[in-house]
Amino acid sequence: MKQFASLWAKAPPANRIAFAFVGFWLLLALAGPWLAPHPVGAFVDQDVFSGLSSRFWLGSDYLGRDVLSRLLYGTRYTVVLGLGAALLASLCGTSIALAATLWGGRVDEVIARLMDTLISVPSKILALVLVAACGSSLPLLLLICALTYVPGNFRIARALAMNLAALDFVAAARARGEGKLAIAWHEILPNMVHPLLADLGLRFVFVVLLLSGLSFLGLGVQPPYADLGSLVRENISGLTEGAPAILAPALAIALLTVGTNLLIDAMKPEGQ
Amino acid sequence: MVGGMSGSHRQQTLWPLLARRIASALVTLLMVSMLIFALAGLLPGDAAQEALGQSATPEQVAALRHEMGLDQPAPLRYAQWLAGMLRADAGQSLVAGMPVADIIAERLPNTLMLAGMTAALAVPLALAMGITAAIRRGTWLDRAINLASLSMVAMPEFLVATLGVLLFCVKLMWLPSLAMVSAEATWGETLRSCALPILSLTVVVVAQMARMTRAAIADQLDRPYVEMARLKGASLARVVLGHVLPNCLGPIVNAMALSLSYLMGGAIIVETIFNFPGLASLMVNAVTSRDMPLLQACAMIFCSAYLLLMLAADMVALIANPRLRAQ
Repeated sequence: MKQFASLWAKAPPANRIAFAFVGFWLLLALAGPWLAPHPVGAFVDQDVFSGLSSRFWLGSDYLGRDVLSRLLYGTRYTVVLGLGAALLASLCGTSIALAATLWGGRVDEVIARLMDTLISVPSKILALVLVAACGSSLPLLLLICALTYVPGNFRIARALAMNLAALDFVAAARARGEGKLAIAWHEILPNMVHPLLADLGLRFVFVVLLLSGLSFLGLGVQPPYADLGSLVRENISGLTEGAPAILAPALAIALLTVGTNLLIDAMKPEGQ
Repeated sequence: MVGGMSGSHRQQTLWPLLARRIASALVTLLMVSMLIFALAGLLPGDAAQEALGQSATPEQVAALRHEMGLDQPAPLRYAQWLAGMLRADAGQSLVAGMPVADIIAERLPNTLMLAGMTAALAVPLALAMGITAAIRRGTWLDRAINLASLSMVAMPEFLVATLGVLLFCVKLMWLPSLAMVSAEATWGETLRSCALPILSLTVVVVAQMARMTRAAIADQLDRPYVEMARLKGASLARVVLGHVLPNCLGPIVNAMALSLSYLMGGAIIVETIFNFPGLASLMVNAVTSRDMPLLQACAMIFCSAYLLLMLAADMVALIANPRLRAQ
């Protein structure tokens, strides 16, 4: 904790802002439902697409529901699904990359070919077909988003692992007779945590954009649940009035992804 | 760059390398076709049932399935489909009842036009942003461009599109909010109605290209040859355009190809918002109506476009940098 405090004190203001940003979203995702001023599905306003007011901070949506409350609930789906899928994608991608590096030869070639194939299908198209084929329940959406971004993580992790595997300390570990698993876990993995964390953040941004894109097309999170992308979709008719109901969730996604991106950039070691 | 000192030697090493790249791209394309076929086979529901409706008897459905060739084993159907694709015959659309090639021929020019016009705007803009940021490294301008491109990379398309509609269609009433594309429209009309889709897509793709351009050029600016050229008295513009840019053509073109490949399949959301009759929205329709031949053909076009762009970028890199050919 003390270490963290000193790190915080030393960090440049831009990093602090980026960090506060991401912390703010995580907090909203955790505490959102308790902060919501109105029940999430209740029709509380007589008016639809009303503007900002003291009773409805972000106005009301196309059915007269409170936008702020729906936003707070929607953030939770977006953040949790995004984080889950990004973590899963990184876990799978990195494990496969380590296996490919350590076994090498034929195994590596086959795996790399497969990943090349997956990566040449545009991510939205792949996700779209998978959703159409498998369905779009929440766990399936998480799996599909994860699968879509495994190849990207694999590429980065494989390049990192290949460089590390060529170094002397890995050769020494091999000579000591250590198993592949031990080498991967104790020698290679600890040395690639930093870039992998940055990649995790990037995957999170991609997954959030993909997921809200799918929901926006009506193929992502299905009612009665609603993530931020679904909120944009259901209020699209308010666009011509410039209703806060459509702008607020779209802005929320942008603030979440841009904030994460700025944090990754701020965390980058100097000189890169 | 392309020095004449080893002309015949270069010929010897360049062609086999290019042939290998092309062969490898073809193998990937073949695997993509298997993947797409397998994925399309996973789609629940059945086009014969879909076409006949709920009231059809099982015999009618079976007869139509037979007619459509749906009752044959999957490997056989795959082989037939692949053979058809090689003859540029993507089969019959199961829903529209017309050749897939005709449906695609109607939409493909629109998509290519949108992608082309976006590229014509985005590529020079990205180059300008990247070069400016690299030359003015560490200044407020560099930081501003960095912040702007970091934000643009993470911006959801529908925010850009909706803000654009709100500003230009609702508040200022300069532009139409729906993209109308027809053969009768003049170039000016088409450009006006496609201005917002082009702008939205530009915002999405320009940032990544600008960042990669900056990184590639900034990396070169520290090299001794740049200092040498500057000391010789060459102007900054000449050094950057004449010396630095050719040296980092490979990575820049690669980033461009990667971003531009997004314009084909990635334009789904922009096409949907502006009701643009392009390939991506055609594919969304094919997914929802279980029109497998159409879906497969669209997916193959997107993947081929990606592979083609990557191949082109590879070739540019090989031609621009003889050192890559040495291995």
